[in-house]
Amino acid sequence: MFKILKAGFIAPGIKRFVIEAPRIARKHQAGQFVILRLDEHGERIPLTIESADGEGGTISLVVQSVGKTTNQLNALNEGDTILDVVGPLGKPSKIEKFGTVVIVGGGVGTALAYPTTVALKRAGNRILTILGGRNRDLVILEDEMRAVSDALYVTTDDGSYGEKGLVTDKLRELLVSEERIQLVLAVGPVPMMKAVADLTRERGVHTVVSLNPIMIDGTGMCGGCRVLVGGKSQFACVDGPEFDAHEVNFDVLMQRNRTYREQEKRSLEEYQHGLQNRGENEEPNTCLVGGGKP
Amino acid sequence: MSSVKEPSANPLTLKERMKVPHQHMPEQPAELRVMNFTEVNLGYSTELARQEALRCLECAKATCVDHCPVGVKVKEFVQLIVAGDFLGAAAKIREDNVLPAITGRVCPQEDHCEGACLLHKKVESLGIGYLERFVADYEQRMGAPMAPDAPATGKKVAIVGSGPAGLSAAGDLVQKGHKVHVFEALHEIGGVLVYGIPEFRLPKQVIREQIDKMREMGVEFETNVVVGKTVTIDELFEEEGYDAMFIATGAGLPVFLNVPGEHLNGVYSANEFLTRINLMHAYEFPRYDEPMVDLRGRHVAVIGGGNTALDAIRSARRLGAEKAYVIYRRSETEMPARIEEVKHAKQEGIEFRMLTNPVEFLDDGRGWLKGARCVRMELGEPDASGRRRPMAIEGSEFEIPLHVAIIATGTSANPLIQSTTPGLKTNKRGYIEANEESQRTSRKGVFAGGDIVTGAATVILAMGAGRRAAKSIHEYLSTGEW
Repeated sequence: MFKILKAGFIAPGIKRFVIEAPRIARKHQAGQFVILRLDEHGERIPLTIESADGEGGTISLVVQSVGKTTNQLNALNEGDTILDVVGPLGKPSKIEKFGTVVIVGGGVGTALAYPTTVALKRAGNRILTILGGRNRDLVILEDEMRAVSDALYVTTDDGSYGEKGLVTDKLRELLVSEERIQLVLAVGPVPMMKAVADLTRERGVHTVVSLNPIMIDGTGMCGGCRVLVGGKSQFACVDGPEFDAHEVNFDVLMQRNRTYREQEKRSLEEYQHGLQNRGENEEPNTCLVGGGKP
Repeated sequence: MSSVKEPSANPLTLKERMKVPHQHMPEQPAELRVMNFTEVNLGYSTELARQEALRCLECAKATCVDHCPVGVKVKEFVQLIVAGDFLGAAAKIREDNVLPAITGRVCPQEDHCEGACLLHKKVESLGIGYLERFVADYEQRMGAPMAPDAPATGKKVAIVGSGPAGLSAAGDLVQKGHKVHVFEALHEIGGVLVYGIPEFRLPKQVIREQIDKMREMGVEFETNVVVGKTVTIDELFEEEGYDAMFIATGAGLPVFLNVPGEHLNGVYSANEFLTRINLMHAYEFPRYDEPMVDLRGRHVAVIGGGNTALDAIRSARRLGAEKAYVIYRRSETEMPARIEEVKHAKQEGIEFRMLTNPVEFLDDGRGWLKGARCVRMELGEPDASGRRRPMAIEGSEFEIPLHVAIIATGTSANPLIQSTTPGLKTNKRGYIEANEESQRTSRKGVFAGGDIVTGAATVILAMGAGRRAAKSIHEYLSTGEW
């Protein structure tokens, strides 16, 4: 059992949790993630660690309500517990002095980019940050990111805050105005990461993305998180989650992320309507149908 | 044929014993069981067990024992069944095997004890696995008392991985008085027994009972710890004060075929498919959250011929697959699966497409699988594995319409521990190097065994490695000599 020490919304539908997890906190490095399971009936979902306090034995996670599990998690509060949290998983971000680094954070992706940005800043890089969101509410961690950035730009799709447009519009400007950009790190929705990759590929600017495929065990055992990188199968949990953006096949990633769309929709609807009956007497519906004739 | 020299409880002569028919395992009818996930085999009754036990020839030289990777004293426990002392029989098995209810169900007995049974030359082998299962289940129902605690040695052993190798070592070590702590990466104890083997072959309840027994014996379990990530081997030695360590993390990464179309939706590794169903209970969606694609009325194939392949395709059948195929590039003779599983699969309407190999998975135009392009194979000369090498027949390509394909062709080494443990030697395939007898690795105090050393094998072979490691760890802790 892992105790939630603090919980609070930082934007509509986006909540930050501080969780007691001493082993994970001690070992965490920027770019790594945890897998958690809320209760005995829960699924395992990967979430990037936003920050960790090794001495205090805590990690913090930023969670956006998307499907059933994230909605259920975001209904939890201080004092509640999470049944299973395992990590830190995945390879840490590569941190060195590159020179000028552009960080592109889309929506909740900003929280995932945050620890790496901090580490890159500490390593002596010049950090230019672009934060984007559909609207003002979805631009998160602006103050935290500003504190570790040499310049920070905000774009919103609807123009409700910062400049109206997409993060790639701003990035395109920077690619022209900046003499030399050594690295772009993009974390956000897959279409955003793909757009960033397409843009920087033309200019030959090294770009790294953090991928979020479907995942179960997180230790390489199941292979569910395989992504096509440079035409080869890679497992995001052990080979990633960060990959060279110019090598990633984003179309396959998007297609595979849609595998359970119907089931995810059903789960969420039933959860939202309070329909899920987990009584032990209830027959699981798949078994009512059964196999074909033997 | 050897004669009976010791006094025996068995009233029958050797000739009479040969005439007692082999007692078949009662099982759920195939047409019923394809609609549920409850266990196929129902277990022997007391009467069936005693009848079957009477068939044992009580050979002077019990080859069955020599062929058991953990050395279960088969003849002795069977004699105890004949004498009606079932708890005594269970205790006798436990001297060598801490998980009898599990091995009685999943061990490939035909490759070990039953394959070596002298009866096999004339009639059917003694049902040693069935008898083992019977006494283990009997013991569980009766709640047998645990063996007395050994005096504490004050030594601490960390076991990494709670699969068959780890559990087997833990059981032996705790009985020697060592403090044993088992780390498990997943949220449930049991490793492959829990995520890999389906409920209908090995009920989770049986595993839980065996684990509970080990807890009573004093073994500590800690879930959600990925050694190599959450904590390293060096930290366990230096900061947590362990005196020895046994690495039993299993094989790891699933191998894919490297053919076009493997990223289509609907193509799974057997590990993922089975983990969703077994560990995550996807067959009980939406009562459990983990989803599985809807298999009702679908065409599903597994690629491969081992137990994992059969577990996967039989699971698919239970989830409603209308057509369920085993696609294997060799012939049925070469299939590594247990004979009983092959029999059960056929009863359940699984179609065997032997000497067939997929060369491409086909896209339905929307990113989902619609079929596999396959070639027919023929067998040539034996290869390094001793099995005849399969070769593609030119111009034999054909398509099989499929909605889901499950790849069960093996695994490769998981690098998590090796990459974070300086000085731990691995072979060129990435598996940990360990002495075959002592299970010692290149690092002092670190032992390894099971699939992480040998590559994918069976539950009982992993348990054998666990036993050898426990013996060798005990020696090391007693003498301090490396």
